[in-house]
Amino acid sequence: MNILVNGLITGIFFGFLLQKGRVVRYDKQMGALRLMDMTIVKFYFSAILTGMIGVTVLHKLGISPSLILPVNIGANIIGGLIFGIGWAIIGYCPGTALGALGEGRIDALWGIMGMLVGAALFAEVFPVISDTILTWGKEGSITLPQVFGINDWFIIIIFVAGGLGLFYWLEKKGL
Amino acid sequence: MDNKGDKGWNPYLAGALTGVLIILSAGIAKQYFGASTCFVRMAGFIEQIFSAEHVVSSEYFNRVVPYVDWQVMMVLGILIGAFISSMTDGSFQIKAVPDMWAERFGPSPLKRGMFAFIGGIILMFGARLAGGCPSGYGLGAMVQLAVSGLIVVGCFFAGGIIFANIIFRRSERK
Repeated sequence: MNILVNGLITGIFFGFLLQKGRVVRYDKQMGALRLMDMTIVKFYFSAILTGMIGVTVLHKLGISPSLILPVNIGANIIGGLIFGIGWAIIGYCPGTALGALGEGRIDALWGIMGMLVGAALFAEVFPVISDTILTWGKEGSITLPQVFGINDWFIIIIFVAGGLGLFYWLEKKGL
Repeated sequence: MDNKGDKGWNPYLAGALTGVLIILSAGIAKQYFGASTCFVRMAGFIEQIFSAEHVVSSEYFNRVVPYVDWQVMMVLGILIGAFISSMTDGSFQIKAVPDMWAERFGPSPLKRGMFAFIGGIILMFGARLAGGCPSGYGLGAMVQLAVSGLIVVGCFFAGGIIFANIIFRRSERK
């Protein structure tokens, strides 16, 4: 199958599931950040726990490549926190903004335009940042099993146990 | 206020199925989820209309070249998939101001639009500095047990939770 057609079909399923989980909405995203409604946290952890088991099997079988985003501690932390501030204002993230627009939330269109401006702005300042922040704490493409020197499955068991514990606690609290 | 009965699917189920979709993408297309890179590609496309030389000479657009790839199509698909899902279960609703926003900041669509725009700029700048967004780090990196994913996702939530509580707390005092 053509890679672009594959991408489109994958996105349609992803958007369908995001909307069915009701996680594309401002009220749900802000509900999580205000620690009032943990719908997106439930959705998110269910996705990564399932995903990490399957993807690790595919890695072991040599079917899927390992494409690990590198650690740049300075940029990861500063960028992550700036993202968080913007996220609290807009109440959508890049993927869910498209989903929100798809279910008729037209304020997401303003957000998407802002995101395009933000991307263009970053391209302008990139030469300065690449010589400064991006050089702070470069650790390369490392994984948790490498850092702790233990088996992948051990890390996954910890994640799954932690995730199930979190789910149990959230349900008990009615969040 | 959300419509009564507008519950959607169980988030655990929808999330687990998304996990299956991530596994299928890794196995079939050899691709991991991500969304913010394609905003750079699209911004480059738009800039090319006005000044092709500027984009060609840009260091960043030489790294993240403006072209349509798997991820651009995937993100476009999100729009279509959410549209199909919401049209078929009656949850599609044209709405310019979210309920929780209106409660705190008032019902003005212009004000909401302006802040969504500003928030979008800040968020995407941060995502590109960090190297990705909740799709790329939150899903794509986390399923591969990447250290970067854990650091960045922690910072997304830390920044988001702190700032959301600052801007919403003021309303309770009023």
